[in-house]
Amino acid sequence: MAATSPATTSADSLPEARRDLAPLLVAPVLMVAALPLVGSLPTWVTLTVAGLAMGMMIFVIASGLTLVFGLMDVLNFGHGAFIAVGAYLAMTMLVPLAGWVQADSLWLNLAALALAVAAAGIGTGVLGFAFERVIVMPVYGEHLKQILVTMGGLIVAEQAIHAVWGGDQKAMPLPQALRGAVVFGDVAVEKFRLLAVAVGLLVFAGMQLVLNRTKIGLLIRAGVENGEMVEALGYRIRRLFVGVFVAGSALAGLGGTLWALYRETLTAAIGGEVMVLVFIVIIIGGLGSVGGCFLGALVVALAANYVGYLAPKIALVSNILIMAAILMWRPQGLYLVARR
Amino acid sequence: METILSGDYPRSRLLTALLGLLLAVLAAAPFLFDGAQAINTAAKICVFVVLVASYDLLLGYTGIVSFAHTMFYGLGGYGVGLALYSWGPSWGAVAGGLALALAAGVLLALGIGLFSLRVRAIFFAMITLAVASAFAVLAAQLSDVTGGEDGRSFRVPELLRPGFRLVAEPVLGTTINGRVVTYYIVFASALLLFLAALRVVNSPFGRVLQAIRENEFRAEALGYRTVCYRTAANCLAAGMAVLAGALNALWLRYTGPETTLSFTIMLDILLMVVIGGMGTLYGAAIGASLLILAQSYLQKLMAVAAQATEGLPLLPQLLHPDRWLLWLGVLFVTSVYFFPSGIVGRLRAASR
Repeated sequence: MAATSPATTSADSLPEARRDLAPLLVAPVLMVAALPLVGSLPTWVTLTVAGLAMGMMIFVIASGLTLVFGLMDVLNFGHGAFIAVGAYLAMTMLVPLAGWVQADSLWLNLAALALAVAAAGIGTGVLGFAFERVIVMPVYGEHLKQILVTMGGLIVAEQAIHAVWGGDQKAMPLPQALRGAVVFGDVAVEKFRLLAVAVGLLVFAGMQLVLNRTKIGLLIRAGVENGEMVEALGYRIRRLFVGVFVAGSALAGLGGTLWALYRETLTAAIGGEVMVLVFIVIIIGGLGSVGGCFLGALVVALAANYVGYLAPKIALVSNILIMAAILMWRPQGLYLVARR
Repeated sequence: METILSGDYPRSRLLTALLGLLLAVLAAAPFLFDGAQAINTAAKICVFVVLVASYDLLLGYTGIVSFAHTMFYGLGGYGVGLALYSWGPSWGAVAGGLALALAAGVLLALGIGLFSLRVRAIFFAMITLAVASAFAVLAAQLSDVTGGEDGRSFRVPELLRPGFRLVAEPVLGTTINGRVVTYYIVFASALLLFLAALRVVNSPFGRVLQAIRENEFRAEALGYRTVCYRTAANCLAAGMAVLAGALNALWLRYTGPETTLSFTIMLDILLMVVIGGMGTLYGAAIGASLLILAQSYLQKLMAVAAQATEGLPLLPQLLHPDRWLLWLGVLFVTSVYFFPSGIVGRLRAASR
């Protein structure tokens, strides 16, 4: 949320585009509204941090998907495969590093995690490249076939995980130093959630920097708004797209790793589970919008945590109600980017 | 014949022969086969022909991808099942449960349709996926009502029970018990529903749906309110799926999340439509029968293959019977690429 500072207008600068601030208020309003409902402040803080952490993880996973859609009008239902494969690769990487994971040193723990995340990111990046070549490329411009084929790809990937790693539930050990909670007064905050928030913010900041301060970012943003124009100016949007696809897949692998660590268990169905949330988030955010995706992820995750505490049985339904409410307010999602 | 098939002939000799054979075998199934498995397979084919035909109405004729079809299927199953469970085994409970499920299904379809088809067509696939998964979780969570993961077994009306005898003496060597009566109820309803669907797609309404599939913008420019037509198609397909679910529940005398709501069934439906041929209802019949037969016998074949390759790396795991979804997935992707018109499209092209 740091990206939008209040607009400062000076007389000699270009007239600035009107900033759309209303969507920024959704998450804070939700937080404030939940406080009296939850009742106790420490519980509220715990729930809010849990919601923020979950939101960051969903954002990391969803951001690539929304850009891929914005750039090439490709709706990739197979994105969930990268989440699952990433998590499994990280788990495999953590097995030989068990010594570092068990060690009582934060730095060794973080190093193990970094290696695992790197394995997940590189693995899913390569997989994403192959997926784009084999599955997605033959069906450009045909939404119906795209949905069917990428869904098929998700199933094949999920089953292949079963065949390679076995179908039973795996344990995903959290490093020693990240277990437990930090206690401020009577408020307890789990350490891993803080790490997840930090990683999410880092990814968001990095993404905003790349998108807003580099030439590639400029081309990506221009491509999302009007791809033909970018091509007419002589840029190969296909290559740009493959790059974004690979980066998005790698981020999904990273997000999947975080998600599996958060749950501390892992099954091949993880991709499908998270994808439902991811879809809700990118619909709320507006397809193609990174900022909207970020806000959408926060809103969905916060609501899921509050509702999960207040009325656990309707937690999943609450997401759908939120989506319905937001689409009533803005039929195109919070921010409209790709005009298709 | 013209009126029965609504003027939509199979248009291929081989296809006509296949469909005729299918109809004859299904019609005579209780007399042809002894075992419970064969007759179960036949009933499952009847139910799935309806379910897949209703899905084809959406995917093949209107060009909408929905992932919520199992939700409606489950709604039908739960409607009839829970009504029979809680109100006792009477025909009134069947009718009441069916009416409630039908009303709920059509209203839900109307809601989803108006809501998501209004905003953006591409949202529809994602929203239906979200709604369907929420529904499945809800059905598993509200265990006081739905029986949770275990589902509910219930008693059916007297006439449909295995102990009931319609005719005291066996006819052609088969005892006409309640199961046979149930089978014929399922078979006749499936046939009627299939012909009704054929009537719908060959009506002016069906033509508008096809126009929307081919070019939505042009259909709208011609003055058709595409949103209304798509929503109507969605409701119609939902209603048919509810009926299919009810038939299935009556046959199984059980309803639960695994048999009605699981994503595997959604995948089966998708596969049946694509393999049979999108945009032809005959494709739905062929695809459903073929796949259900394959399901029953392919898994055994895979078990044999997995044993034969024992000792080789990875191959036994890939050929394990539990991994047959993997091969179905591969088959699905390749058939979307290489045979988008499916078996029926191939047969028709060959006979032209």
